[in-house]
Amino acid sequence: MERATVNQTILRAEELLVQRAGRTVLDIPLLEVSRGETLAILGPNGAGKSTLLLTLALLLSPTKGRLWFDGLLIDRRVDWVALRRRMAVVFQEPLLLDLSVYENVTLGLQLRGVPVSERARRAWYWLEQFGIADLARRPARDLSGGEAQRTSLARAFALSPEILFLDEPFAGLDAPTRAEVIEHVAAVIRDAGITTVLVTHERDEALALGNRVGVLIDGRLVQLDRPEIVFSAPTSPEVAAFVGVETVVSGYVVAYQDGVASVRVGPHIVEAVAAVHPGRAVWVCLRPEDVTLWSEDAVGESSARNRLIGHVVHLRPVGSQVRVTVDCGFPVVALITRHSAQALSLNLGQRVMIAFKASAVHLVGR
Amino acid sequence: MFIGRGPFVSLLAILTLACSALAHVNSSAPSHPSNSQVILATTTSIQDSGLLDVLLPMFERRTGYVVKPIAVGSGQALALGKRGEADVLLVHSPDAELEFMAAGHGVDRRLVMHNHFVLVGPLEDPAGIRGIRSTTEAFERIAATGALFISRGDGSGTDVLEKKLWARLGDVPLGKSWYQETGQGMGATLNIAAEKRGYTLTDRGTYLARRKGLSLEIMVEEDGALLNVYHIIQVNPDRSSVVNAAGARAFADFIVSPEAQAMIGEFGVSQFGEPLFIPDAGKREEGLGK
Amino acid sequence: MDLVIEGARQAMIMLFTGDPELWSVIWLSLQVSGTATLLSLLLGIPIGTVLALTDFPGRRIIVSLVNTAMGLPPVVVGLFVTILLWRSGPLGFLRLLYTPAAMVIAQCILATPIVTGLTLAAMQALNPKLRLQILALGATRIQLLWLLIREARLPLLAAIMAGFGGAISEVGASMMVGGNIQGQTRVLTTAAVMETARGNFAMAIALSLVLLLLMLCVNAVLTMIQQHRRPL
Repeated sequence: MERATVNQTILRAEELLVQRAGRTVLDIPLLEVSRGETLAILGPNGAGKSTLLLTLALLLSPTKGRLWFDGLLIDRRVDWVALRRRMAVVFQEPLLLDLSVYENVTLGLQLRGVPVSERARRAWYWLEQFGIADLARRPARDLSGGEAQRTSLARAFALSPEILFLDEPFAGLDAPTRAEVIEHVAAVIRDAGITTVLVTHERDEALALGNRVGVLIDGRLVQLDRPEIVFSAPTSPEVAAFVGVETVVSGYVVAYQDGVASVRVGPHIVEAVAAVHPGRAVWVCLRPEDVTLWSEDAVGESSARNRLIGHVVHLRPVGSQVRVTVDCGFPVVALITRHSAQALSLNLGQRVMIAFKASAVHLVGR
Repeated sequence: MFIGRGPFVSLLAILTLACSALAHVNSSAPSHPSNSQVILATTTSIQDSGLLDVLLPMFERRTGYVVKPIAVGSGQALALGKRGEADVLLVHSPDAELEFMAAGHGVDRRLVMHNHFVLVGPLEDPAGIRGIRSTTEAFERIAATGALFISRGDGSGTDVLEKKLWARLGDVPLGKSWYQETGQGMGATLNIAAEKRGYTLTDRGTYLARRKGLSLEIMVEEDGALLNVYHIIQVNPDRSSVVNAAGARAFADFIVSPEAQAMIGEFGVSQFGEPLFIPDAGKREEGLGK
Repeated sequence: MDLVIEGARQAMIMLFTGDPELWSVIWLSLQVSGTATLLSLLLGIPIGTVLALTDFPGRRIIVSLVNTAMGLPPVVVGLFVTILLWRSGPLGFLRLLYTPAAMVIAQCILATPIVTGLTLAAMQALNPKLRLQILALGATRIQLLWLLIREARLPLLAAIMAGFGGAISEVGASMMVGGNIQGQTRVLTTAAVMETARGNFAMAIALSLVLLLLMLCVNAVLTMIQQHRRPL
């Protein structure tokens, strides 16, 4: 196939259908991945995320559908191994072979017949990048979980893939390691400009890495858009339920003192318990159940550090609770009991005060 | 390349090396007749006596044939001959042999040697048959006292003779609690008889070779009915295209040759003070044992 | 008990004085069972791997057949191989009956299901996702198989031990298809049976001890390799 210009779409799937034992696991009418972007597929467990990833990575044949990689239609006649050699996949488990760390990192290159000197050059570069160069001669089975996942990541990056697939690569890590590795991977992807498809059920991962976020529920891609839109304006109740109806707004850190960061969000300053240096762009995330509502004049009554005035723009009963959206220069969602709603005699347009603790604010780097 | 290294691979290599010589195992004979393998079906009593260990190397050195002796009961030896699965038979089951010859399965049946069967039993001799001259009479006593009798029960020459002797008294006592069949060779049957303190009928050769480790004594011997005669029979090559007729003839000629007969006459003398077999080539069968 | 001591003494004397007959029997046992084991590995490891990694109609039936065949009675194998190799039988033209090759065939038939079954188990014990990861690293089918076999090499060594143990300790089939011919097809087990029948118990015990010693040596070597890189 002749390509006059560089194809901006590196991967394209059409009418993708995967069925297992008669049940539809995946049904994607259209999905395109652009060169250089990071697409995060977010969805609950069992939504078909891994199936989608394996299909896109040419590790699983779909029941039906067409797939193009770099403009080439993938069918039985193309050399799948050759195409897979332009990709890399990192799974949730490190899946290292019983070799040394160095041998694991060079394994893909060795399978491709890359000369020894070139293997060494790339392997050492990525071992350094992921801070595991001093472990190079260690047997992979002696590694800790974090070290093993770094090795697995270095192994994938050493392949210089045209597209990188990440299947919940941070899920097996303990919290401090996880935050560190996510930040590291985000930086590497950004710097190297590697096209990446990430599947995860963690909202903060999608926020930290994704240029676009797709929400996959029951095998269907129900929303695909920029992260802040997906999180602040879910197009369906399913998405809303899954993304947690969270308040997600962008801001940047203006000050940091004694473990508390001050973040400028629109016209307001929000305080958050987080170790983030001033100048960093972040997502400010807030769970609706952590937000309390007060009448406008009850300023002195709440002990919470963040108190903002706004007006009610949306009211919706959810079971025994009511979901309230308050516009205070940016939308904030709160979940309160019906009883409280009645006590406040909430109406659309009514001015209220919202309050939330600094410890309830979650900052995600962007 | 680390993928190709490691203990697993070296192990495979060692195994391969260890086995490579296998192809050459069978190439020791000096000269090679066109079809060099001769299958000799013979009896366990011959094999267990060790006679073949001295006869075969001599034959193989002289002719270049390689003999494959298959030690089975006379019954099975004749069956293998009938199918053409053996070339030459050295057996001791006269009635069955005559039947085999009459049916045209064999050619040129020749007398090789004989010894005697003996009736052996435990030292305490529960049936009280020590010194009786007639085997039939001894069998009668065993049956009358219900003393344990161990039979080969494998259709061998020994077994056939033993059943024939029982038949003279009426029925073979199959199924009687005191009459037990082992279904095994002579050596194994002697072991079992010794362990269970039973009587059994054995060829003299095997008994002499085994006597040391057994608590069994000869009870009846030198009865004309206990003559144990070995013949060599070449399998009829007209019946089966796969039979090595030349090899069979060469072996049959060898075993009745003066050198082989002399060797048979010597075999066992140094160890037991008497020969295990009496060479008989060229004699008349009717005159044996008299 | 005297017999065992006498047998052990005789075994030591024969081993250290280099008794040519005993050594030829040992050497032949090693060659026959070694070749049979090697062939069973060449057959069993790929078959077991394919059974573990693929799914096709009839796979479950084959797996249960393999599991059943892991306990094939040697006598049954011996009988069928004998009938096949009879001069008048379907493979008679090969002239293999009563040769070491026939014993190799019989022992191989006994050892292959053992190796196949244990390979299958070893491969199924691997993380199923490992296969996807290796493919994702750009492996061809052959590279995939090799890497998986390499990953499972410790349990596969157990399969080799079991296969070799089954082959060298087997007597029924070897006796039937080999004929226990002196200098040609007499191996440790058939010689031990024969010496027992001959009443040479000391010799039979000596042969048995040599057989045990041999299995001990082979397994010790394999176990050393197996445990070599195992952490405690």
